[in-house]
Order: sequence, then C-alpha cells, then structure tokens
Amino acid sequence: MVAIPSRHKSLVLLAGVVVLQIFMLAVQIKRDSQGRLIRVWTVGAVSPFERAGSNGFGWVRDTWRHYFALQNTTRENEQIRRENDALKLQLSQLQGKAAEADRLAALLNFRRSHAQVPMIPARVIGVSMGTASRTIQLDRGERDGIRKDMGVITPDGVVGKVVETYPNEAQVLLLTDKDSGVGAMLADSRIQSPVGGQGEPLLVMKYVPNDDTVNLGERVITNGMDRIFPRDLPVGTVAEIKSGNPFKQIRIKPAANLERLEEVLVLQSMRPLETKTEESPADAKPPAPNAATPPPAVRR
Amino acid sequence: MNDAFDIRGESHIEVHKFRAGAIIIATLLALVIQSSFPIHFAKAAVLDLPLLVTIYFGLSRRNPSTGLLLGMVIGLLQDSLSGPTVPLGLYGIAKTIIGYLDSSIGARLDTEHPAARFALTFAFFITHQGLIVITRRILLAQPEPWFNMHLIVAALVNALVAVFLFLLLDRLRKN
Repeated sequence: MVAIPSRHKSLVLLAGVVVLQIFMLAVQIKRDSQGRLIRVWTVGAVSPFERAGSNGFGWVRDTWRHYFALQNTTRENEQIRRENDALKLQLSQLQGKAAEADRLAALLNFRRSHAQVPMIPARVIGVSMGTASRTIQLDRGERDGIRKDMGVITPDGVVGKVVETYPNEAQVLLLTDKDSGVGAMLADSRIQSPVGGQGEPLLVMKYVPNDDTVNLGERVITNGMDRIFPRDLPVGTVAEIKSGNPFKQIRIKPAANLERLEEVLVLQSMRPLETKTEESPADAKPPAPNAATPPPAVRR
Repeated sequence: MNDAFDIRGESHIEVHKFRAGAIIIATLLALVIQSSFPIHFAKAAVLDLPLLVTIYFGLSRRNPSTGLLLGMVIGLLQDSLSGPTVPLGLYGIAKTIIGYLDSSIGARLDTEHPAARFALTFAFFITHQGLIVITRRILLAQPEPWFNMHLIVAALVNALVAVFLFLLLDRLRKN
C-alpha cells in the first residue's frame, strides 16, 4: 500500500470528504431524495433550542424597543427612577404581550370569519440558515395535521407552502424563494400568470405579454390553479413594470410581510375563502379539474 | 477535539485549546441564533454565524484535519436545517473547504490581531459564497449570479461582527 506523507494527510482527507459530499449531492439529485432521515434527526435535535431562542429574542426585542429606547426620559431621583424603570420594564412586557395578543386576535378573527375552512394556527420558530433558501420553520407538524404542500397564509395574504413535515415541526417555503411559485392573476384585468420568487423581497410575475395592460398598484390574487391555494387570496400588488422580450417584467410587492412573520395559518383544504370584493358571477372560474379537494363555487 | 497536537515546523505559532464542550456549545448556539434571531431582527439574516464559528475554531485550532471536519459537520447541520430546497452538501462542501483553508492559514500566520481577523473573515466569506455559487452552477445546474453588491456588504458586516465575536469566543480558551 502506498504510504501518504503525513503533511499530505489533511489534503487527502479534504479531497475524500469533498468527494463524499459531491457523491451525496449526486445521489440526492439522481434519486430525488432529500436525506430525510438526517433532516428529521437534525430538526428534532435543534428545534427545542430554536423555540427557546425565538421566545428569548422576542423578549429581548420587546424590552429593547419599549424599555431602553425610553430610558433617557427619566431624570428623577434614584428611588423614583428605579420604580419608574421597573414600571417601564413591566409596561414593555405588557406591550409586547398586547402586540402579540393583537396579532393573535387578528388571526383568530380571520379564522372565525372563515370558519368553514379548516386552518391550523402556527408560530414561526426559525428561519432558513443562510441565503441559499428562504424558508421558515413552524412549531406545528404532522401530529397537528400539517401535511406537505399545504398552503400557508396570514390575514394579509399568501406566505408560501409546506415543503417538509416532521412530527412536531414543519418547514415552509416562502413565496420569495427562487423555487417558489403560486398560481395568480391580476385582480382587475383577470390576466393569469404564475408569480414566483427570486430570492429577493419582491416577487416576479412571469408570463404577461407586452400587449396586455397592467397598472401599477394593481392587486394580484391567487387563481386556485396550483391546487394549493384557494382562489382570491391576496398575493401582492404590482410594484414595477418593465417591457421585456417577449413578456413584461412585472415585480410584485408581497401582501404578507414575509420579512417579519411570527404567526401564520396553515390551510388544510382548498375550499375557497369568502372575500369582501364584489365581482360579477361570470368572473367566477370553475375549479381545477383534478384538485385534491375540489373547491365549490366561489361564494360572494 | 480539544486535545493539543503538534504542527509540523510551525511550533512557534500557539495552538489554542478550549474548555470541554466549548466547540459543541458554540456551534449549537450559532445555529440556534442564526435560525431565531432574524425572526425578530430581519436585517440579521445577513449574518452567517455558523461560518464565523467555523472560521474562528479553524484559525485557533490550526489543525487542517479538525478544521475541515468541523466545517463539514457545521455545513451539513446548516444544510439539514435549511429545508429540502437546499441539498445536503451545499453548505457542507463550502464549509469543509473553508475549515481546511483557515486552519492551514492559522498554522502559518498570527491571526490574533483584530485587523487580521477582519481581513481573513472578509476573504473567507467571499470565498465561501463563491464555493456555494460554483456548487450551484456546476453540480446542481442552478442559475446563480457570481457577484453583487450585497455580497460585499454582507462580507463587511460579517467581518466586523467577527472581530467582536472572536473576542468573545477567546474567553472560551483554556489559559
């Protein structure tokens, strides 16, 4: 056997480890497997710490915003200042809780107003590790009824879809991810085109011919064709229009604040949500023929 | 991983040992903070704490073999936690190579000065992103831009954070 000089051993180890990982990449692509077992173990091991970290950072943020930012206003004597600080700290915690209660109340109202559509509320406990993907991690998983490819929304609009589920957690691919997409249409002109992410805050509407008229600020809503989201959910608004070849380059500002998500709703069915916008019955399109849970006619 | 070892011909460079469990706890903390912090502070997503931890322990331990293995473990953990759109090995390969490079450089240069740490972190951040782009373009056939201004800004921010983070991590060393 050929002896490897000791000074080259680490180089040989490097080559071996890199080749091993390249092989692993090739296997994942070839077999379309995603190393689920490794991911389940890792997520299971790390997510309890993520929950604790998420709660801890939330507390720190609320304290920072409401306590330290106000600290310079106290010019009283030491005793009063101490009491004042203690009260402010208490207030900051209450404000944090009140803000959280407001958000949860909004979710609850939204859920109540669409009681016929089963939804699971979930809290965001983690975000993607790095810039290679845009995902969030939820504190609910298979045990709560969450399944792969379920749509995720907030009362403001579409967030993304579930791409991986674990017993107690789920990973959601945000609309802004490069691999993400949603069947959508322009609310006024009813032009249909998928909307996808680019790894940037703005989304892109892909296949609108140059001849079609699109207005800045026009609302973009789901068209229900992707079999993930029901019709008429807000996706965003047109923020930028440029001529392209052969299609317009349309950039969309997401309706939901995807940069700052704390609580979301996971849709358990494709049943359409009632919307308040008035529309003629003729505009209501039939559901996708092979939808997993065929949506009934849109109620208006 | 915390034992002392000899470095061939570079015995004048000090090899640092760490308290028991320091590397594991620092790695876990980096992953948890990387995952949780941006929920509340969106701008924090620009940081790559697992990379900074890889660089720090590589530069301090100065052993290419342990450096590349630590980089591989951290990278694969990051891949596992990034969702199914990130294949296992994307960050793994990049951080393995960074772990090897920085521990090799750490064995030859004095990397204790904040300016050296700033410059090295800046260079390693760019190299790390370059390796990810190469992996995506060549191995995964995914379109990915080679360069943008965001990369430079992110590298500067990470290098600046690294200066202070490394000072904090220095406290985990055994005297």
